[in-house]
Amino acid sequence: MIYRAAGQFKTTYAADQAIFPIAQDRVVVLLAVVAAFVVPPLLADEYWLQAVLIPFLVYSLAALGLNLLTGYAGQLSLGTGGFMAVGAYSAFKLTLAFPHVNIVAVFLASGLIAAAVGLLFGIPSLRIKGFYLAVATLAAQFFLIWLFNKVPWFVDYAPSGTITAPPRSVLGVMVTGPEATAGARYVMALAFVAVFALVAKNLVRGRLGRSWMAIRDRDIAAEIIGIRPLRTKLLAFGISSFYCGMAGAELVFLYLGSAETLAFDVSVSFLVLFMVIIGGLGSILGSFLGAAFIVLVPIFLANLPHLLGIDMSTALQKQIELMIFGGLIIFFLIVEPHGLARLWQITKEKLRLWPFPH
Amino acid sequence: MSEALWAVLVGPFHDIVSGPAFFVEVLIGGIFAGLMYSLVALGFVLIFKASGVFNFAQGVMVLFAALTLVGLLERAVPVVLALALTAGVMVALAFVIERVVLRPLVNQEHITLFMATIGLTFFLEGFGEMLWGSNVKKLDIGIPDTSFIVSGVLINRLELWAAITAGVLVTVLAVFFHGTRVGRALRAVADDHEAALSIGIPLSTIWVIVWSVAGLVAIVAGIMWGAKSGVQFSLSLIALKALPVLILGGFTSVPGAIVGGLIIGVGEKLGEVYWGPLVGGAIENWFAYVVALVFLLFRPQGLFGERIIERV
Repeated sequence: MIYRAAGQFKTTYAADQAIFPIAQDRVVVLLAVVAAFVVPPLLADEYWLQAVLIPFLVYSLAALGLNLLTGYAGQLSLGTGGFMAVGAYSAFKLTLAFPHVNIVAVFLASGLIAAAVGLLFGIPSLRIKGFYLAVATLAAQFFLIWLFNKVPWFVDYAPSGTITAPPRSVLGVMVTGPEATAGARYVMALAFVAVFALVAKNLVRGRLGRSWMAIRDRDIAAEIIGIRPLRTKLLAFGISSFYCGMAGAELVFLYLGSAETLAFDVSVSFLVLFMVIIGGLGSILGSFLGAAFIVLVPIFLANLPHLLGIDMSTALQKQIELMIFGGLIIFFLIVEPHGLARLWQITKEKLRLWPFPH
Repeated sequence: MSEALWAVLVGPFHDIVSGPAFFVEVLIGGIFAGLMYSLVALGFVLIFKASGVFNFAQGVMVLFAALTLVGLLERAVPVVLALALTAGVMVALAFVIERVVLRPLVNQEHITLFMATIGLTFFLEGFGEMLWGSNVKKLDIGIPDTSFIVSGVLINRLELWAAITAGVLVTVLAVFFHGTRVGRALRAVADDHEAALSIGIPLSTIWVIVWSVAGLVAIVAGIMWGAKSGVQFSLSLIALKALPVLILGGFTSVPGAIVGGLIIGVGEKLGEVYWGPLVGGAIENWFAYVVALVFLLFRPQGLFGERIIERV
């Protein structure tokens, strides 16, 4: 009875085109965002922030990026890990080269560098599509990782071959490096995700997003009605890589602290792809749901045997995890191709009609 | 600058000419590696030809076949019986895949089916390891991994056998596709699902047949790879190596899979040995992909692929 749009009349176009046209949605989402900023840093313990919430935010950003490319523009990419690595290594080199530049600016700049690399590897997308493009993005993945492994300049000639987040602060609060508290890093990651989720939402509602979807749904028809395919696809690659690059920088600076190229290998690309599929292709909310799902399932599986009192080896857990991921992907593709986001949408529609089912 | 150009454009060729026996050895190594890729690529081509499904799971099917075979051999099952049982398992797998994955997804977009096979990959990986354990296993098929010398060039017995097997397999498959009733039905399904259905070709049977054949090819590939480098998790990664092979050869061509495999195998080895040191080595990881990528820009349908014409 509470979730009802009756009586809410839209009298302007602006009101009609709002992101959340229903007042209840607006209130709940606003409250949720405020709560996300305030509650976890105060209440959640180190483990929850460090092992669940921060990786969730980082992967959400990466999933957002891939969803723009694969879900909205229909360009299958298996190179997400490579683009994330570009972001991480650029952020590392930039903080070393410009120690006085604010870390937020560094993150944005490394996103831009990743976008440039993404544009480069997006060029083949004009001539090829589908599986062929997947192979082209795999080329990006393997080449980039090899490059970061082989050229010592990228790791600042560190013999260990790892990059480490130097200590940096924003507004007097340490956000990266060993002294930064998990709470501060969480808020930083959340702020980025909140801003860029809003940007993404508006992008896909606007002209660019519509041309992406037109290319995805029927590229030849889109071309006929005057959408320039190369420009549109390249923008998708660039913007998607920007998001992935930012996520990569966050992965090292806010989550892991230090990393080597292994943190960005091809399995990361697949993981992010799973988030997008399970969460919902072509849905901003889906990116978050998918990331939450993929981050939580291994934790759930690791703790479940304890709760049930069964002794399970870590190898067996890993195998079951693989089987569950694989099975879920097939399940979602068959039963609900639009993923968790669609389930949420159905729930909302049912709520609006409740208590009358039709 | 000119020194760098010299090192890239002339130096490697100088090395080739000055050490011909070594060059031939590298070449042969490349050919054999390429044939191994071809064996995996063959499975891909079969399934793509007959159902338009890009089967990402082919690599893990190779792993699964090899794991099953080794697992049975370890339990002291005689070789012939173990091979038969493994074949049975792969056919049963084909049935299950058709029933559980393909049938509900019929008529979906290619990309959806492709992602479903990625899911299948992960499932089979976990399942195979749970059944048979995840440690590296030695697969001994009676062919020694030793070498003999023909006029100054080292040749490996195992690799020679792999080459012969691949050759026989391709011949058999070519005959199967072009000379038999089932083969014709497979090609009809590949051309047009609906037309094939309307003249009474049972789609689901065809799919089971073709996935079974791909499973049998996976056994052969699994035996060869397993005997060479042990049966282990990384076997499923050769699926990723087979992708550029397919791009080069074309997704629908059996001979293309062989030729593509040879080009990739030889190119990779020559590149690694002669040009690799200039950039720090280990270029094998991406070399094949970049070759495929460059190739795609000029001939998107592959060497032997069918040209897909889209007009605006």
